[in-house]
Amino acid sequence: MTTMTLAKALNAGLRKAMEDDDKVLVMGEDVGTLGGVFRITDGLQKDFGEDRVIDTPLAESGIVGTAVGLAMRGYRPVVEIQFDGFVYPAYDQIVCQVAKLHFRSQGRVHVPMVIRIPFGGGIGAVEHHSESPEAQFVHTPGLKVVACSNPADAYAMIQQAIHSDDPVVFLEPKRLYHSAKADVDESAPPAPLWQSRVVRPGSDVTLVGYGPTVSTCLDAATVAAEEGRSVEVIDLRTLSPLDLVPVQESVRRTGRLVVVHEAHVTLGVGAEVAARVTEECFHSLEAPVLRVGGYDTPYPPARIEDAFLPDLDRVLDAVDRTFAY
Amino acid sequence: MTDPVFGPAPEQAADPELVQLLTPEGERVHHPAFDLDFSADQLRGFYRDMVLVRRLDIEATALQRHGELGLWAQLLGQEAAQIGAGRALRPQDFVFPTYREHGVAWCRGVDPVQLLGLFRGVDQGSWDPNEHNFALYTIVIGAQTLHATGYAMGVQRDGAVGTGDPDRDTAVVAHFGDGASSQGDVNEAFVFAASYNAPVVFFCQNNQWAISEPFERQSRIPLYRRAHGFGFPGVRVDGNDVLATYAVMQAALQRAREGQGPTFVEAYTYRMGAHTTTDDPTRYRLSNDVERWKLKDPIARVEAYLRRNGLADDAFVAEVAQEADVLGERMRRECHALPDPAPRDIFSRVHVEQTPELAAQQAAYDAWVASFEEVG
Ligand SMILES: Cc1ncc(C[n+]2csc(CCOP(=O)(O)OP(=O)(O)O)c2C)c(N)n1
Ligand SMILES: [Mg+2]
Repeated sequence: MTTMTLAKALNAGLRKAMEDDDKVLVMGEDVGTLGGVFRITDGLQKDFGEDRVIDTPLAESGIVGTAVGLAMRGYRPVVEIQFDGFVYPAYDQIVCQVAKLHFRSQGRVHVPMVIRIPFGGGIGAVEHHSESPEAQFVHTPGLKVVACSNPADAYAMIQQAIHSDDPVVFLEPKRLYHSAKADVDESAPPAPLWQSRVVRPGSDVTLVGYGPTVSTCLDAATVAAEEGRSVEVIDLRTLSPLDLVPVQESVRRTGRLVVVHEAHVTLGVGAEVAARVTEECFHSLEAPVLRVGGYDTPYPPARIEDAFLPDLDRVLDAVDRTFAY
Repeated sequence: MTDPVFGPAPEQAADPELVQLLTPEGERVHHPAFDLDFSADQLRGFYRDMVLVRRLDIEATALQRHGELGLWAQLLGQEAAQIGAGRALRPQDFVFPTYREHGVAWCRGVDPVQLLGLFRGVDQGSWDPNEHNFALYTIVIGAQTLHATGYAMGVQRDGAVGTGDPDRDTAVVAHFGDGASSQGDVNEAFVFAASYNAPVVFFCQNNQWAISEPFERQSRIPLYRRAHGFGFPGVRVDGNDVLATYAVMQAALQRAREGQGPTFVEAYTYRMGAHTTTDDPTRYRLSNDVERWKLKDPIARVEAYLRRNGLADDAFVAEVAQEADVLGERMRRECHALPDPAPRDIFSRVHVEQTPELAAQQAAYDAWVASFEEVG
């Protein structure tokens, strides 16, 4: 058992994966000597060498495209995209190549690649550094997409994603990198990667989040409890495939559901959750499924990002509104 | 090694030539292709510009340290490259900057306080690009080089090249860094510019670093030589020499205006500061290198030249220093006073014509804010 930040847990998880399998490579901008701008790969190049921890030229399409070739040659590349807003130069490689190779090759080609993306806002950054692009990847058949929300999951999930024979977009809540600290039991058997999880049981309303919004949901549950409302919180963890079994089971008990993400609400993950839950649990619902998320505007300048991001008040307001029906 | 069949690798080709007109010691040297006569006023002007933009940069860095800015990208060490390139422009020329072009912004008449907004987090670029012929800063590496090329294609279609009218013929400048030279967008910009013979100058400040990655990670050959492969000329200039940068840029811009097509100018310089205020360069580079480059300081050499030739005295230097103090003081004062934007405005700014959905979100946002005011 070790107490770690989320950043440290990812670092430890990467290290473990590299020790376990010498085909695992880390590549990206500044991941070597510097250890990444967030220090997630700190010390890895020193210990595993420049052949396995690769400082790449400044070109995201190049990074992901060469990772495809490395994967075809039997390696398991773990690619770091420096910030969410810089994944788009690689978008073609991810959507047209990474996502489709298995399908096109009738299963003959595997692309066991992990694309790590620090995502979300709340760090006071300049533009393009606070985005939540997950829906773009969830919308792409052939990709799997997961988001960790705490150190223990980060440690386990990064290893599981690396073990996956399918390409995985691995979203890391950058705002929690150095703030979320928790005990990580390195020897504990990990929960299955493709499962969502109830992180706080409750009976009156279900709150669903992932990545950075899980802690917002937990805070909302604490405040709601003081007002006599029992909120169940679920961390989706996996966005593609979506595991809605615990969500549906929960909604059948609570009759109310609010989904929270930083991404724009329109066509976000919340829209898919709402549609599927409505299809499966229509007769259990006491209120429409509500979504709380970023507005349908570009991410705003940092000084007003708090007005854009779903916060405690907006989540609690949505909870209240589900009781108004 | 020389390959018996393919011959020598290009990196073994002759040493890169560096255009220089003023040595680090402040010695005026001459160059067969790029020589110019500079008036005393021009030289003093360069000095003043560089001192002021260095001050601007130091002040902004201090503002970040005091929590007034979220971030700052320092130009320290790159003053000559930026002033040389900026002063070679004509009013009608158009510039596409990165996020570090504070010195060029200065030359384009953008108020230094306006540069702070993006870094303070109150806006994403507050000047009017069309008023200053200076596009907004571009943070996504390399994207602006294509915009510059497209803008230059527009200039061509407007017939604003090769007319011989010095007030009409227009050039476009694409700024980018050594790291950016690896991006697909930048290489595509080269292809387009060459294909259409577009009036664009690719001005690369090779400051030796892309965050922690040294130049060698991006290229085995001097960057300016890449231009040859794309089919247009490239030249490396001492980017710490404002005279040489000015002279080379003036020639390249003139080429573009005359309709002779693109040029690649590699300004060889050094990022003396951190990548940005969040970066810690001691993790990846030796202070020896920084010390070595200190000896090539762009401002000191101009001052030495001015003094040695009786073109500037203590009084002049003190006057510029005084002007820098005034600028610094104004930046501090006006930075504090920069207003936060109104959150409700983000809904009106997305489109030319606001959509009904965004109008509804804006109304809901207003109601939401009002609900707190009612409660008090
Ligand atoms: C597409 C993209 N990828 C990554 C980044 C993160 N990033 C910001 S600056 C930088 C290095 C740029 O180096 P260079 O082009 O040499 O310019 P310099 O910062 O040295 O002026 C990187 C990797 C970015 N802004 N955009
Ligand atoms: Mg650079």
